[in-house]
Formats: sequence, C-alpha cells, structure tokens
Amino acid sequence: MPILHALQETFGHVPEDAVPLLADALNLSRADVHGIVSFYHDFREAPAGRHVVKLCRAEACQSMGGHTLAESLLRRLGLDWGGTTGDGQVTIEPVYCLGLCACAPAALIDGRPLGRLNRERLDAAVNEARNDWSTP
Amino acid sequence: MVDAMTTRIFIPRDVAALAVGADEVARAVAAQAAALSTAVTIVRTGSRGLFWLEPMVEVETPLGRIAYGPVQAGDVAALFAAGWLTGATHPLRVGRPEDHPFLARQTRLTFARCGIVDPLSVEDYKAAGGYRGLAKAIEVGGAATVEAVTKSGLRGRGGAGFPTGIKWKTVRDAVADQKYIVCNADEGDSGTFADRMILEGDPFCLIEGMTIAGLAVGATRGYIYSRSEYPHANATMRAALDIARAAGLLGRDILGSGLEFHLELRVGAGAYVCGEETALLESLEGKRGVVRAKPPLPALKGLFGRPTVVNNLLSLATIPVILDLGAQYYADFGMGRSRGTMPIQLAGNVLHGGLFETAFGLTLGEIVMEVGGGTASRRPVRAVQAGGPLGAYLPPSQFDTPYDYEAFAARDALIGHGGLVVFDDTVDMAHMARFAMEFCAEESCGKCTPCRIGSTRGAEVVDRILAGRDVAANIALLEDLCNTMKFGSLCALGGFTPYPVLSAIRHFPEDFHTRNSPGRRLPAAAE
Repeated sequence: MPILHALQETFGHVPEDAVPLLADALNLSRADVHGIVSFYHDFREAPAGRHVVKLCRAEACQSMGGHTLAESLLRRLGLDWGGTTGDGQVTIEPVYCLGLCACAPAALIDGRPLGRLNRERLDAAVNEARNDWSTP
Repeated sequence: MVDAMTTRIFIPRDVAALAVGADEVARAVAAQAAALSTAVTIVRTGSRGLFWLEPMVEVETPLGRIAYGPVQAGDVAALFAAGWLTGATHPLRVGRPEDHPFLARQTRLTFARCGIVDPLSVEDYKAAGGYRGLAKAIEVGGAATVEAVTKSGLRGRGGAGFPTGIKWKTVRDAVADQKYIVCNADEGDSGTFADRMILEGDPFCLIEGMTIAGLAVGATRGYIYSRSEYPHANATMRAALDIARAAGLLGRDILGSGLEFHLELRVGAGAYVCGEETALLESLEGKRGVVRAKPPLPALKGLFGRPTVVNNLLSLATIPVILDLGAQYYADFGMGRSRGTMPIQLAGNVLHGGLFETAFGLTLGEIVMEVGGGTASRRPVRAVQAGGPLGAYLPPSQFDTPYDYEAFAARDALIGHGGLVVFDDTVDMAHMARFAMEFCAEESCGKCTPCRIGSTRGAEVVDRILAGRDVAANIALLEDLCNTMKFGSLCALGGFTPYPVLSAIRHFPEDFHTRNSPGRRLPAAAE
C-alpha cells in the first residue's frame, strides 16, 4: 500500500504498466496486485483532472444540504461522480466523510479543506481551481 | 524560550478550523502585529471542539486565556484595535473557554489537553501530565497494568464496546515470538471526528497509550492505521512520531527503562470496510481489505498471524489517564456497565456542533437539545442518527434514552464511535434508508453474499417504494432482506446496515407508506 500511494502521488494514478513491475518486485501475481489496486477507491487507473474536488456525500453533510449542493454542481458542470470537465481541469470525486461533520457540508479541493459550504463558496472555489492552470 | 514581553496567541491548526479560515486568520494576526510593532507569538494548537466558534482564537492575558470566535481574517484589525491582547470586550469575545457552558459541562479525560497544548511539543505534553501514565506502568509492570485497565471498566470505543482489559489479558497470556499493537484510526463513520482531533491535537497521548499497551501485553511493535481522507492528521502524526523517536520516547530503550516499542503510521486508501478490525489487518498486510472469519480472534492470530491487540484510537488514548489517575478514578464516572467518559461528537444540522466528552448517562435529548441547542437551521429536530452510517435513526420520542451501551442496545440502536448526526424536519427518511443501502453496496468487501448482493437489491427495493409501487409488499420484502443481511453477514457492515433502514421504517413510516398520496409533506428541497 505505501508503494501504491507513492505511485499515485507521483503520477496522479497507478499506471497499468506498474502492475507487472510491482508483482515481480513483491513476489506476487499480477492478479494479486490488480486486485489490490482495484479494491481501494483511492487508486485511480487513469489520470484525473488537474484539480481534484472531493465532495463529502455522507450523512452529516447531507443533513446540511450537501446532497443538493453536490447534485447542482455536477449538473452545472455536466458531470457524473468521478467525471472530469472537458478541459481536463476539474475532477469531481465523492468522499465518505472528511471528519468535518460539525462544519458541514465539506469538501477537499487539491488537499485544501473547506467547510460550511454553500453554493457561492463552492462555486468560487471550483472556479478558482478551473482558472488556475498551474499544477497544484 | 518565549520572550516575557510577547503575548501568546493560540490559533487552531485542526483541519476543521482550517476549513473555515484559520490559516488566513493566522496570517492576518502576524501581519497586523507586525504593522503595529506588537510582539506576539502565534502557537498553533488542536481544536477545543467548539466547532461553531471556529476559528476560535485564544489570547493569553493576565485573566487567563480569553477566546474570541468565530474570527475571520477581516476581523483581526478590529480585534487588535479593541485591545484583545488584554482580553478586552468585543462582539466576538467568548471569554474564558473553561467557563463556556459547552466546556464547563464536560468531563475531559481523554481530551484533557486537546486544543490547549502545541500538539508537536513534547515539553507541553509532559507539562500537562503526559508520560506520567507510562511511568506508572513501568513502575507497576505489565500484569498490574492489564489489571488496572480491566478495573477501569474501559470498553472498546470503536463501537463494539468489548472490555479492553480482557482483550489485553488474552494477548498477554498468548505465547508468541512477536506480538503487535494496532490502533484503529480508520474513523470512517459520518458524524465522527474524535480520532482525527487527537491525531491533530494531542498525538503524543496516542503514542503514550500504545506504548503502555505494548508494555502491558509484551508487544514491541505497533501500527496506527489511519485514513487517506485525513491528510492533515497524518502529517501531524508523522511529525509527532519523528519527534518521539528523536526524544527516545519510541525505540529500544524508552525513558531508560529498557522497554522497547516501535511505532509506524499506515494510511488506508478510501475503503470504509477497513475500519472493521480483520479487514484492517488484511489491509495492513498489504492485501485487499476483505473481512476474515472469526475465530480465530485477532488477539490470538492477528497481524501476520501473531497475537494482536486491535483497539480503537480513543480506547488507546484513554489509557494514559487511567494509569495516571487510577482505575477507580476512571470507573467512578458513568452508569451501569458503561464506565468512564465518552467523547460524543455532535454533528450535522446542529447549532452547537463539536466534541462533548462526558460521563455516560446523559439522555439523548439532553445532549441534542441542551448541549447541541437543537438544529442549526432552527427547524424542529426530526431524527438523530447515532453511531455512524450503520447506526439507527432515533426520533425525538426516544430522546429519553440514556447514553449508555446497554440502554441504546435495548432500543435497537448503537453508540458506536460516539457520533450523533442531527437532521431537521426536511429530511426524507426513505431517501436516507436508500442511502444506507447504497453506501453498503459501495463499500462492501464482497465476501458475504447478503451484504454484497443484498445491499444492491435493497437500494432497488427502496427505489420501488419511492416510486410508490406495491409499497406494502416492498416494505415487507425490505424487512425480510434486512433480516437476511443482519444474520448472514460476517461483519458489522452487512450486519448493521439494517439498523438505519429498519429504524427509518419503524419510526418514520409516513415517509414510506404514504409516498404518492395527496397532501404528503414534501421535503424542503422539493418545495
């Protein structure tokens, strides 16, 4: 797992080409390694957009309107969960609890935590990410 | 050394405070102090747990620490102008945190230091009572340490409520070349953040608790299994581990006592089921987080097949205070078989959300209405989900339930990891029941058929109810399916998903039975 985390941190995803190399190094079968990569939600098999917005979908955020907030953002960007905007700028991923449940609804944008979100604050943060072409 | 002429200003670095602007406030304080040529020292702390007041800034004055909150960067100039460095009055002034009713009503044992000390200062930790528990454990030895934990009545704070001392004794009595201490910090339940607050606000407390556990059962290695959703907590914990190793608080000869204990942090990858202890062990071994059948118990065959203590973070972080102040001191709090204190986490649609550590025994209504102040939206409370996504939804008619493991169980509810999520009257309980099934389908490890397939079928059945098709028959089918999941799953994911579903049907039947009937109250979102 620490190796997979390191790969994802470096490449933004776990490249398919890495699987046989890992299997060889760890004396596992390729199926074993593929099984581990595919089991955990975090590990992507393809690169994400330049900026990753993780929106909390869990109950505490729902109690503060997180569901409506997320649906409306996805609709306006024309995305489904896990989708990336056409310009490759923003990926929206679901997350089940960031531990910010007393400041709901919450999100993590490129690792930056945001709480007490409403439509204006979320839009401003997402637009800021979209217009920022630098690598986070 | 801190210059005597400089005023210390405490600003939380807890991620919940960062999420509402604590870093911006810290920058504004530094800039304004420089502009006024005033000497201040900014100390970054954990959170006190009064999240509606975050960012809550505390200023050290002759009157003690005076809190102001919620402070935004734009308020900083006015706070300086008002004279906050001497604790002057201002609309944001909270006063002495200890006098605030939310804190004054608490009994903080596990969270005694959180939000007060610099989390990465060993000196602060020791000055506030840290490492007295380990010194005591070294003095009395392993057997007496296990005995003290048993006598304290401490039960597993992860949800199952198993007596910690009995688990330790099993591991202590097992014979093996290597034993392990594993901290379950995979705090995946919605509405919980107590583990995170300790990781960010008092990490040495966990390190000390795990070291004591290692001494007690004869384990020389430990692992903290945390979550990838907690990047800030993990960074703080890693830094604390480095500091502890450098200070001789971890390693081969701790505090010169000859005690050996090595501790590492491991991070999961977004799988909720890894909070289940056997799935967690699989994940630590680098495998898919698939649940193991028990027996064998992890206490006998755990990590890499060796005897392993798997304890929740809160249980381990409570060990130092039990050793320091004595088992009886701890056991004197609480009611019935629920001894000591529980860090309750009030979250969701609640006016005063935060961490409330208290002796067992307050009623659910006192906690939600008096401590929490009701909803943040100021609408009536309709439901409270206790114990995370696998916990029951309780209506206000059950607010007389005492906060106690057995009293909750008698009402088909769970205390779990201490989370309480409040919902107002706009919540659609059929939607929440569907979400519970959907979440189980998403997170199932796939080992047991009732959980893997049942959750998907369950979500479909709720969809039919939501569409108003054969409602009575589909509710009966859903109840039957829940029974199968409850009794046919190995772990709590499949076994407890029925709790939120069945409690929603039982306590809020109007959201299921009368879906397309005229005059049905629509949730606010649909109005």
